[in-house]
Amino acid sequence: MRLSETQRLITGKVAPLGDFGRLIRKLNIDGPLLGGILLICALGLVVLYSAVGESTRLLMNQAIRLCVALVAMLIVAQMSPDFLRRWTPWGYLAGLVLLVLVLTTGEVGQGARRWLDLGIRFQPSEIMKLAVPMMAAWYLHDRQIPPKAVHLLVLAVIIIIPTVLIARQPDLGTSLLIAASGIIVIVLAGLSIRLMLGLAVLSVPGAFVLWNFMQEYQKQRVLTLLNPDSDPLGAGYNIIQSKIAIGSGGLFGKGWTNGSQAQLEYLPERDTDFIFAVMGEELGLFGVLALLTLYVFVIGRGLYIAMQAHDTYSRLLAGSISLTFFVYVFVNTAMVTGLVPVVGIPLPLVSFGGTSMVTLLAGFGILMSIHSHRKLLPH
Amino acid sequence: MDLLSPIKDHHSERRLFIARVVLASVIAFILLGMVIARLVQLQVFEYEVFAAQSQGNRVRIEAVPPIRGLVFDRRGTVLAENLPAYQLELIPEQVSDIDDTLQRLAGLGLIEAEDIPAYKDLSESGPRFKPVTLNFRLTDEQIANFAIQRPRFPGVDFQPRLVRHYPEGELIAHAVGYVGALSKADLERVDPTDYAGTSHAGKTGVENSFEDDLHGDVGYRHVVSNALGRQIPTDSREMADSLPTDESPSPGMNIYLSLDLELQRIATEALEGRRGAVVALDPWTGEILALVSAPSFDPNLFAVGMSTTQYNALQNDLDRPLFNRAIRGAYPPGSTIKPMLALAALQTGAATVERRSMCRGFFTLPNNTHRYRDWKPEGHGEVDIHDAISQSCDVYFYEISVDIGIDRMHFYLDQFGLGQPTGVDIRGEHAGLVPSREWKRQNFRERADQTWFHGETVIASIGQGYMLATPIQLAAAAGALATRGIRYEPQLVAAVEDPLTGQRSLVAPRRLDDVRINDDEHWNTVISAMNAVMQDIEGTAWGAGGNAPYRMAGKSGTAQVFSVAQDEEYDEEEVEERLRDHALFIAFAPLEEPRIAVAVIVENGSSGSRVAAPIARAIMDEYLGYGDDAP
Repeated sequence: MRLSETQRLITGKVAPLGDFGRLIRKLNIDGPLLGGILLICALGLVVLYSAVGESTRLLMNQAIRLCVALVAMLIVAQMSPDFLRRWTPWGYLAGLVLLVLVLTTGEVGQGARRWLDLGIRFQPSEIMKLAVPMMAAWYLHDRQIPPKAVHLLVLAVIIIIPTVLIARQPDLGTSLLIAASGIIVIVLAGLSIRLMLGLAVLSVPGAFVLWNFMQEYQKQRVLTLLNPDSDPLGAGYNIIQSKIAIGSGGLFGKGWTNGSQAQLEYLPERDTDFIFAVMGEELGLFGVLALLTLYVFVIGRGLYIAMQAHDTYSRLLAGSISLTFFVYVFVNTAMVTGLVPVVGIPLPLVSFGGTSMVTLLAGFGILMSIHSHRKLLPH
Repeated sequence: MDLLSPIKDHHSERRLFIARVVLASVIAFILLGMVIARLVQLQVFEYEVFAAQSQGNRVRIEAVPPIRGLVFDRRGTVLAENLPAYQLELIPEQVSDIDDTLQRLAGLGLIEAEDIPAYKDLSESGPRFKPVTLNFRLTDEQIANFAIQRPRFPGVDFQPRLVRHYPEGELIAHAVGYVGALSKADLERVDPTDYAGTSHAGKTGVENSFEDDLHGDVGYRHVVSNALGRQIPTDSREMADSLPTDESPSPGMNIYLSLDLELQRIATEALEGRRGAVVALDPWTGEILALVSAPSFDPNLFAVGMSTTQYNALQNDLDRPLFNRAIRGAYPPGSTIKPMLALAALQTGAATVERRSMCRGFFTLPNNTHRYRDWKPEGHGEVDIHDAISQSCDVYFYEISVDIGIDRMHFYLDQFGLGQPTGVDIRGEHAGLVPSREWKRQNFRERADQTWFHGETVIASIGQGYMLATPIQLAAAAGALATRGIRYEPQLVAAVEDPLTGQRSLVAPRRLDDVRINDDEHWNTVISAMNAVMQDIEGTAWGAGGNAPYRMAGKSGTAQVFSVAQDEEYDEEEVEERLRDHALFIAFAPLEEPRIAVAVIVENGSSGSRVAAPIARAIMDEYLGYGDDAP
């Protein structure tokens, strides 16, 4: 006999659960979500092994980071949404303080001030990736939905302060993503379509203003996107080589570890931002479609969890986390395939590097917490 | 919570939320669809374009330089070979501070400090990944020094390569020449494709003139390279399977010279400490047996590369070691032209065997008081043509010169090959000069200077004045005397060998027009007088040829570098060394069946018979088997 999840929850007699299932349930883990994440990570490690030049050391490095991130996810999953909600403003404030600290005393790396060393080195902007949507959701939790104009103004301030602070580091890519995660909360909360369209129209002059605020290298990236061949050895090099890598992969790819673009270093940043191109070259169209399918599954599961959530805070937060995850995937794949400018955004769960991994999985931990801490009340 | 705010309607809120999720999902699917469409576009529709581009990216055609042909002497002794050596290379992109690195390399004695700016320029001009050679040949000691320090020099390493090596060094420098680093001028002369992998090209001598034969044909191979242009070993990767086939280079031809290393050695030793030249050849073929210019230099310096100081030292040396006197040195031939003028006189009737002259030590033209002095102040007394040659009486030749006239002198000397390039198979030859009325008309701008004077004919008869000849011209002329008028173009290269098949093709002697003097008696007269020069007690070079076990013919010459004023005594002791007369000698042997003809010039050697003649004798002895170590 097959019971729906809801039926199992309502009846309370949950026989088909084995020991493993019970453990999962006890740890507040969402099985499908975890399964999707682990599959993506596994596929990612396989591709990464090839992209780092078959270095076992670097692979282990990444695997260890993944484990740390999974532990973080587990820990977060144990915190109930109510608990998270209560601590949200404090987390957000702490994040702001750290961001100010970064701007004043942070460590400089590659022309930007992003790191803070408080015993452990980390980027406070990572905290904000979760703190901003949490704060926005917290603010809307007790208020009328859709939000009124005055509430929208408060939300705008909540979003703009960290965005500007991060943009000043400068880290335009992250600041835009953080702004997006906050805006997604507002959109999910029912921001009027008419207002959105109006803002979209306003964004045209806004783009001009933004253009004037951009660093030279950021302007260059946009220009390069419009015409990559204009500077094939300079700024356009990444996109040209990335397109060659993906295109030459064809349907089935050149075979794992056999991508000449990747292995011969034609492809820059092949283990980080451009790892999707390595995959396209070595595993072909079918390989990347498999990965995209897994992403769609994880995002879909996240949105399902959001729709099942019982309160405004959980709903908005879960929706924002899932859709922000989609934004990551989209921006990275669109950038690597030459659809949008090169912004330094890694492919989530696949690119080499640990800082964003912890944040990502912590986010998924929140989703699991939301799903497993639902109050078993009929509507 | 504000009590006035409306109560939250959870159901409508949830519906709104779900609607928004659906909306977001639709947008997400559209965006994802764009990415997928893009992937399909790149990987399906444009697959072939990108596949070709990726292939072009990684496969690079690399030139494989051919191995340069070897050079041997007539006995097969190696004169030029290729030895493996280690060179020091710097890859600019891997060096963070080029200045500092070069300074430290200079500190280790691996490069010269003065060359640092030049190397810096080189490092900054080419592609950043292309190695710059800092030192073409590291000594064992330098290799050891560097090996210890290597970790301190990222981007600097030593690489094996073949270096041209001349085991006999100075002995053959002017004949074989040398190779040097390929220059822009070289690249204009050769096919750049063929030289794509070549670093050095022949600059002088046989190395230069036979560059095409020695170089060989370039090959190429396909290499898989990474984005930095660095090569990836192909045997370790499956990628190698699809590479197109390579083409091996064809090695350059080996060249056999007619040169005899022993003669080179004897001539070089005889000229030790002097400036001069020796050319010996086989009169019946034109094959050059010896070609020496002194002082010489070590051609290996050019093949390996030398410091600016070393190069400047060679270039600015007063003795001009780089100057190939044997083919480029133009000297007044002095009395060495007397046998040829005697033949011209006999042929034209200006002189007969019976003609005798009274030599009082000077000659004057009619209606002129200018005294043309004989080298012997007291005079030779009564002389005939035999004595005039064997004792080198100037007055006799002054007299007959007036009867022959400058134009007929020019006509016959021209037939002996003077005043024109001999056509020797190495480049850079000086044409020499035999003056004539016509020549004077054409080469002087002022009308007053264009007239030919009798006095100029007089001094031309003893090889002075405008007349100039190179050592190789004199050797060829001596050869023409030996063969009684049969002439060959002098040549160094005797055979060319294909190193792959071992097949040798001989270079045929190139016969030139004969000297048009057909009366054997005239030749007998002159040749016996030339024999007397060396083997008659009265002869000028008796000291050099008197004791020889075979018969030979020769003629000394002493050419003025510095004019002595009228009635002034020429005092050898007082004249500065560089202003002393040049000593010349031409000779051939054996008298009956000549096998070798020689010309010797010793700059500022003072006396042809005393200084130059013994050198010619030593060379003939060795060649004819009477050398020191002969049985």
